[in-house]
Amino acid sequence: MIDPIALFLLLLSASTPILFAALGELVVERAGVLNLGVEGMMIVGALSGFATAYYSGNAFLGFAVAALAGALVALPFAILTQFLMSNQVASGLALTLFGLGLAALFGKPVEGVKAPSMAAGPLGLNWIVWLGLAMVPAIWWFLNRSRTGLILRGVGENHDAAHALGYDVRRVRIAAIAFGGAMAGIGGAFISVATVLQWTEGMTAGAGWIALAIVVFSNWTAVGVLAGAWLFGGVTVLQLRLQAAGVRVPVQLLSMAPYLATIIVLVAISARQKFSRRAGGAAPGSLGQDFHALR
Amino acid sequence: MIRLVPRTEASAFWQIATPVMAVAATMLAGGLLFAIMGYDPVSAIRTIFWDPLFGPAAGYSRPQLLVKAAPLILIASGLAVGFRAGIWNIGAEGQYIIGAITGAAVALAAYPASEMWIFPAMVIAGALGGWAWGMIPALLRNWFGASEILVSLMLVYVAQRIAAWMAFGPMKNPEGFGMPGSRNLQQYPAASNPELIAGTGAHWGVVAAVITVLAIWFLMSRHIRGFHIRAAGTAPRAARFAGVKPQTLVAFCLGLSGALAGMAGLFEVAGPAGQITDKVGVGYGFTAIIVAFLGRLHPVGILLAGLLLALTYIGGELAQLTLNLPAATVQVFQGMLLFFLLGFDLLTRYRITRRVTA
Amino acid sequence: MNRRQLIASVAAMTTISLALPAWAQDEPLKVGFIYVGPVSDGGWTYQHDQGRLAVEEEFGDRVETTYLESVPEGVDAERALTQLALAGNDVIYATSFGYMDAVINVAAKFPDVKFEHNTGYKRADNVGTYDGRFYEGRAVTGTIAGRMTQSNKIGYIATFPIPEVIQGINSAYIHAKKVNPDVEMRVVWAYTWFDPAKEADAANALMAEGVDVILQHTNSTAPLAQLQQQGKIGFGQASDMASFAPTPRVSSVYNNWGAHYVKSVGRILDGTWQPEAVWGGIGDGIVAIGEITEAVPAEVKAEAEALRDKIAAGEYHPFTGPLNKADGSAWLAEGQTATDEELSGMNFFVEGINAELPQ
Repeated sequence: MIDPIALFLLLLSASTPILFAALGELVVERAGVLNLGVEGMMIVGALSGFATAYYSGNAFLGFAVAALAGALVALPFAILTQFLMSNQVASGLALTLFGLGLAALFGKPVEGVKAPSMAAGPLGLNWIVWLGLAMVPAIWWFLNRSRTGLILRGVGENHDAAHALGYDVRRVRIAAIAFGGAMAGIGGAFISVATVLQWTEGMTAGAGWIALAIVVFSNWTAVGVLAGAWLFGGVTVLQLRLQAAGVRVPVQLLSMAPYLATIIVLVAISARQKFSRRAGGAAPGSLGQDFHALR
Repeated sequence: MIRLVPRTEASAFWQIATPVMAVAATMLAGGLLFAIMGYDPVSAIRTIFWDPLFGPAAGYSRPQLLVKAAPLILIASGLAVGFRAGIWNIGAEGQYIIGAITGAAVALAAYPASEMWIFPAMVIAGALGGWAWGMIPALLRNWFGASEILVSLMLVYVAQRIAAWMAFGPMKNPEGFGMPGSRNLQQYPAASNPELIAGTGAHWGVVAAVITVLAIWFLMSRHIRGFHIRAAGTAPRAARFAGVKPQTLVAFCLGLSGALAGMAGLFEVAGPAGQITDKVGVGYGFTAIIVAFLGRLHPVGILLAGLLLALTYIGGELAQLTLNLPAATVQVFQGMLLFFLLGFDLLTRYRITRRVTA
Repeated sequence: MNRRQLIASVAAMTTISLALPAWAQDEPLKVGFIYVGPVSDGGWTYQHDQGRLAVEEEFGDRVETTYLESVPEGVDAERALTQLALAGNDVIYATSFGYMDAVINVAAKFPDVKFEHNTGYKRADNVGTYDGRFYEGRAVTGTIAGRMTQSNKIGYIATFPIPEVIQGINSAYIHAKKVNPDVEMRVVWAYTWFDPAKEADAANALMAEGVDVILQHTNSTAPLAQLQQQGKIGFGQASDMASFAPTPRVSSVYNNWGAHYVKSVGRILDGTWQPEAVWGGIGDGIVAIGEITEAVPAEVKAEAEALRDKIAAGEYHPFTGPLNKADGSAWLAEGQTATDEELSGMNFFVEGINAELPQ
């Protein structure tokens, strides 16, 4: 018999890295920037967080440094896309390559050592799990209720209009990219500092790419991201849990399901918008486009 | 105050000068990196950029540049057509995988027949598979307005899982001792994509890449559709008045780039890779996006960019072998090269002037 | 590619003499390795690189080693192998199953270079294979698991349904059952060799099912980290994972490829190398059992070590009858042992494992 509460607690932990990365990417995309470099920023966070936790003995300091490092490594992407007008898709892919290489290179000194264990918080869950959950309403509030969030959404929806109103499109976007990097960094560090307690090359193993799918699934809302993280994380946790209970599951087909669900959600929302002409809801209007101020 | 003024036409001088400057900047920054890591920067850079072309084993590595670059060029040429029109297929990786699977499916179904039609049929099946996978985002965009960027990306993940399913299930080699992966097509003469001229490394994929570059150049500069594509990209509204149907363009561009990516997948799986495994997608579809931009979305530029990237891969291997440079160092170096090439491109598209008005 | 043309085209512009059949005694033997992962993966590739270092230590100036790391299986393998051969290596060790067909192709072009392919089954005049009998190690850790479990539920994090992994599951189960008739085995297929987050999820799923001892076939330390948090135990895999000792890692099964590489290079140096199918176990030193820590009671440790020594001495085969297959059909009669052919194609669980094998 599978205990649903225990399963849910497992899910909360398992979905934390992708939840952080996807919440960060959500803010970036709401500002109109598509950053495909999530995997690269996560792995840099995983390394810097681990190294800090190992040398300082303080895991929480590790997460702080991971956030900083994630934001820093996103900087070349911000410069390329915001000042040098480089294509966002190509620059993001280059960032992934760069981040994976950088982390592998600087990770040599901490190979094979073990990080200090973290004390668990309420319900036996790591404090960072709770932080991730707290970020959901915080980002919801920021995007929907704060003035800065309103400006950020305006920049993402129509950068020319936002510029005409006197907002600094570039500054908003650079801040969003840095925030996205910081969140991805924390998500990566959760894998190394809280889950594995060791550093290994390539240890994020594609989590950054899942985060990108989750943002699409979310329909660009914070609550949607939480639902998406639980769906994508949940499919993995549930199929492993069923296997452990001796149930045979079609693993390959099941692992395809969340991606198909994401496409269906995207199509449904796009269609609703197209046929009913309702405003809002789907992808930010300026997502992925270069912004160049003509005046 | 510095100010950027867009050029109406890309500068011919800067188009040639910027890649040279970017490579030079990478050599400087990369040389610094190598020096910090304790390697001789001069020999490291010579090993990566010079030795594959003119070094002791260049007789082997020069043709291998073509082999490595061919799939990148094939995919990037198709993608660039869509990018010119503002149609963003970033799911070429998925179309590559599906093309490899559908192409290999023909071979595995025909096994062990030895008719002449098998390989051509595989190429067609590969192209059709990639085309069909590319048409999904095209139709979803045309019918429902769903973003082709996101749908095509999502379909990459789906394709990767289909490949794993195939490798462990329907396509598993019955004589493979229970190990995952299909039969090796290299060992099935009617279905293999071998070296055409001994010592050149060139297989049908290289031939296809060269033909594609020429055809795309012709399409974009001489054909009315190429004109439509360019018009749609630069002035969408004017293009619509001129009778360009956006829906047709979306289907054309995604279908074309999908078919080329699918063909690339088939050539690789029947040639260098040999078999369908769960790792049949090696990231060419994503790398090709970078190649398309490094090549300024122009067929000749893409040809050169594909070769440059292949050079860093093969040179990177040589640097590992002769200088014991870790693979990660080579990866960082490649990342730098891409950053610089993408960044310097600014100069071809914008003029830098002082701000005159307050 | 035609070999003569290839060599002619290369030799025309090189001073490297290709593949000399008998190198001069004062020139070191060049030994090349090709790795599927980075040397820093802490598992599979790391252990192969330790083997390379063992060769350097053993033979000193008489050998010169190089390696190519992170070479994906598939499109790049054949070129990387050719580069290693062109660089003048006299012997090349290819350390992943997926390189198999590429090794055979390249070996045909370089008949004077010796190749050894790890975990494959194709051989040629200049291609040998080598592999480890990892199931021998799992007989030992299975014994410890059977003795240590309090819930009588042990778990196995499996990778892919291939013979090597199925042998491991069966061997662990048989020996746990032997010392603890009430033991149950839970199997989870992770479909990955290395994905820390997923391996952690798999460990947690097993523990939620009441499992308190986990054997893993995947290569990261993530399951051990989860076991530690819940006070349960497990075993190191691929490498010793000693940083998790004395608990949760109470012992380990790791690959000591150096034992093979030193022997193989030695044979090349004295001219007695033959293309063989080496399948070595504990006795050959290829499969090693890491130190059994003080978390294990002394009598259990003694029992496990006795089993290890009997296997090493060839006195005991982990697959000795009577054994039935999971479907109830008879497999091995009393005292009968499994043949290598049966093991290398193994596609069934033994009786008592309450799980279906994915087909």
